[in-house]
Amino acid sequence: MFDILQYEFIQNALIAGILVSIASGIIGSLIVVNRMVFLAGGIAHTSYGGIGLAVYFGLPIFLGASLFSIFAALLIAYITINQKHRIDTFIGLIWAVGMALGILLVDLTPGYNVDLMSYLFGSILAVSKNDIYFMATLVFSILFIVIFWYRDILAVSYDSEYAYLRGIPVKFFYTLILVLSALTVVIAIKVVGLILVIALLTIPIYIAEKLSNSLYSMMFFSSVISTIFTLIGLIISYQYDITSGAAIILVSAILLILFLLFYKLIGKEN
Amino acid sequence: MNVIDIENLSFSYSKETILEDIELHVKDKEFLAIIGPNGGGKSTLLKLILGLLKPKKGSIKLFGKEPVKNLSDIGYVPQNTNINTNFPIKVIEVVMMGHVGSRRPLIGYKKEEIICARGALKRVGMLEFENKKIGSLSGGQRQRVMIARALCAHPKMMLLDEPTSSIDVKGQKEIYELLKELNKSMTIVVVSHDISVILEYASVVAHINKNLSYHDIRGEKRFYIQDEHFCEVELLQMLGEKNV
Repeated sequence: MFDILQYEFIQNALIAGILVSIASGIIGSLIVVNRMVFLAGGIAHTSYGGIGLAVYFGLPIFLGASLFSIFAALLIAYITINQKHRIDTFIGLIWAVGMALGILLVDLTPGYNVDLMSYLFGSILAVSKNDIYFMATLVFSILFIVIFWYRDILAVSYDSEYAYLRGIPVKFFYTLILVLSALTVVIAIKVVGLILVIALLTIPIYIAEKLSNSLYSMMFFSSVISTIFTLIGLIISYQYDITSGAAIILVSAILLILFLLFYKLIGKEN
Repeated sequence: MNVIDIENLSFSYSKETILEDIELHVKDKEFLAIIGPNGGGKSTLLKLILGLLKPKKGSIKLFGKEPVKNLSDIGYVPQNTNINTNFPIKVIEVVMMGHVGSRRPLIGYKKEEIICARGALKRVGMLEFENKKIGSLSGGQRQRVMIARALCAHPKMMLLDEPTSSIDVKGQKEIYELLKELNKSMTIVVVSHDISVILEYASVVAHINKNLSYHDIRGEKRFYIQDEHFCEVELLQMLGEKNV
């Protein structure tokens, strides 16, 4: 089966899978510990508006989706910081409006029949060299930010009120985490699609949380587990010719259940 | 110089007044207990002192200056319920959050910061737990860690919000003994509704229910009722009246 590795699109798919797994492991950990899963879901769906805009104006999809999702992240950050009482309503609104906008813009694009499904459920076998450069740049930026600001990000995530009293710019870091989430969601859309991205940002992290006693080990384990799940899912999707995003998510879910059963058994022995 | 000077302070979130004409002066090395009914404004006063809220009227001075500018002089221990116990973080990392963010290294923590954090943990008797996950500790142990975190900044005053809520009786006693020890070198301010316990340790009491009434209870005998049974409700009412 190693002969499939000679195809460039397979190589690209594997590299993309690994890069996205590293990004989603690190940022997914931040999303989970900051209890932002719903916010990330909102950003993911809103980004479809960006895909629609890019298609309509003939821009690169990544560029359109990135700019639009960063805008959504900033808006959500602003609302959660200043209007705490109605967060869920606003997120639901942005979520649906972004998608509706995307669908309409794609409809209005003359002569272009974009495959909606590939954005909803991923198209990892269609990853280009440029996509990989974009993903690699983002992964290195995330690593850089998390390494240099680790103590601030940790303080803000664990106890934001205390971090504020220690003079850490809490709002800045909160917004930064949301913007990085937005960009991670955009690259993850290529692999698992915007509907399934939430699973990639939560399942490996849930397992890692049980294995970790610090945030950086949680990020590390999440990335490793996510890489394993993605690669297994990819191999299965290639072998049986099924949608890769769905295969990755189902592999993750099955392994999560096995892990939890195993974890329970071990827990009983102790 | 007084540690806290509050003059003519009023505060309201919307229309309803939470605090009205508060006057409070706390001297150095005092042990102040802030008590009062739920919703009476205890936590709001604490947030005002910390600079998390701004007064609508009147002034607050800490060590003669505006609140937010004295971050490193104040050790703050938030209410237990604010803390996320599932969070993957080690005890030592929690304590290290207490350092004020000036003159920091490019990556991670300075050696002195680690030494200082371990010193603070030792002071509260929690050094052996430094590499444990915070969620695996009991409520009382966790509270000691939070006190160690506050000590990291070498504060001149400690502010504690309900430090013994959701801690068993033995743990409560230990926390207050620790505070008594710390009180030798710093001012302690505790917001609490464990009236019976706090009165054993406090030197002054502020009862807050929109208004504030202040009591110096040093040398007071009437709070220690001989048969070890007294009604907290009566006591609260008594402290709530002015001119006691």
